Amino acid sequence: MRSFKELVKSFMLWELLMGLKVTGKYVLSKKITIQYPEEQTPISPRFRGLHALRRYANGEERCIACKLCEAVCPALAITIEAEPREDGSRRTTRYDIDLFKCIYCGFCEESCPVDSIVETHWSQYHFENRGENIMTKPMLLAIGDRYEKEIAKARSDDAAYR
Amino acid sequence: MINVLIDLLWIVLKILLIAIPLLGAVAYMTLAERKILAYAHVRIGPNRVGLFGLLQPLADGVKLFFKEIIIPSKANPIIFLLAPLVSFATAAAAWAVIPFNKGWILANVNASILYVLALTSLGVYGILMAGWASNSKYALLGAMRSAAQVVSYEIAMGFALVGVLMAADSTNLQDIVLHQQGGFWHWYWLPLLPLFVVYWISGVAETNRLPFDMAEGEAEIVAGFHVEYSGMSFAIFFLAEYANMILISALASLLFFGGWLSPFEGIPLLGTLFSWVPGIFWFFAKMAGFLFLYVWLRATFPRYRYDQIMHLGWKVLIPVTIVWIVVLGLLIECKVGPWFS
Repeated sequence: MRSFKELVKSFMLWELLMGLKVTGKYVLSKKITIQYPEEQTPISPRFRGLHALRRYANGEERCIACKLCEAVCPALAITIEAEPREDGSRRTTRYDIDLFKCIYCGFCEESCPVDSIVETHWSQYHFENRGENIMTKPMLLAIGDRYEKEIAKARSDDAAYR
Repeated sequence: MINVLIDLLWIVLKILLIAIPLLGAVAYMTLAERKILAYAHVRIGPNRVGLFGLLQPLADGVKLFFKEIIIPSKANPIIFLLAPLVSFATAAAAWAVIPFNKGWILANVNASILYVLALTSLGVYGILMAGWASNSKYALLGAMRSAAQVVSYEIAMGFALVGVLMAADSTNLQDIVLHQQGGFWHWYWLPLLPLFVVYWISGVAETNRLPFDMAEGEAEIVAGFHVEYSGMSFAIFFLAEYANMILISALASLLFFGGWLSPFEGIPLLGTLFSWVPGIFWFFAKMAGFLFLYVWLRATFPRYRYDQIMHLGWKVLIPVTIVWIVVLGLLIECKVGPWFS
């Protein structure tokens, strides 16, 4: 009896029609595609993208060359050299991040006592030549200057949960 | 002499009137397929070239046109280049007997069903030649599969057509449509429903479309018979495939869905409301519906295994058609319903 039922069902193409119903429903459903260059998915304030070195509001760089980030970096991507500046304050002379080594864990940002090194929301960058993967101090400062508003906003948005 | 020349020009003009819109339809069928497939995947499909991606087929065509045609070093160049032409020529020639409206027909042949059946089966030679001439094992496997499959499904399709010509008592496509005069319940899909389903399944198999695309089988044999083709020679295979799809859709609407006849004929209010609509519109609407079904099937079903295809063709479809031809004989003998009285 049961096999007879199955036979009738298969001749009525029942399962095929059910399959068509599924895809038919998807044809009519709302499309959720994000048109990438014009539209982007929302980014969390905790997003860890390209690095930046921040400055204080008066233009003084925050980094005091404590080398905590260099010490904590699990990928050994950060290289720091430091010397006293002419006015006697301790500053870095060299602050390199090798983006090929970096694993974007965010430890450098968490270890920083002066909120100098941060990871920004920006993840859309590329290299065209050999050696461009090394981010030097002026480059990092420039990124910081460029995205200061977004960086500050992301930090203040996330502050309540820290 | 002049008269002959004028007649000839007329025929060429009529051919162009069919062929050029056919090429356009093929081009936009590719876009429609990509769009519908994308929609079934909850994507939005090509939308960058022109408004809603409407120029995408042109861009594809230009790309293919400028690509190099690579002929494998051990291939037979003449057969290799002839194969796509054979595929396309048979797909295009069948359009000669398709009536688009009452009297709108290039060649009103008496045995037009037989002509169409013959030409659609000739198409397999293009695939066989391509598979043989490219001197590649995948191409050969694809061609063998395709040949066996098309030959098997031809029989089921032929039997389905036998049902239609029994019902209409004619092998002329125009007469067959005129026999279905009346509303949509007068069309042959109702008394010939099993034959229609068989016709459609074997039509999908004949055109080597999913879920019967054993000839292509990109998961097993890369792209089957056209692995070695590139540029325009590949494009012509593509053209032939889509022209065949459109042809099968046109035949399905002519044989089972009353061709250019309005579905509302004979219904008191709707019939008069839609009487101004030209027949060709109904014909194209029905074709579009079937073409949509083609893509819908593709979006839904996975590819058949090879022995399952053979099982379906020989052990299911052919018996079904034979049984229904007997039933149909009884229906006709008893002059049943609005169809055979």
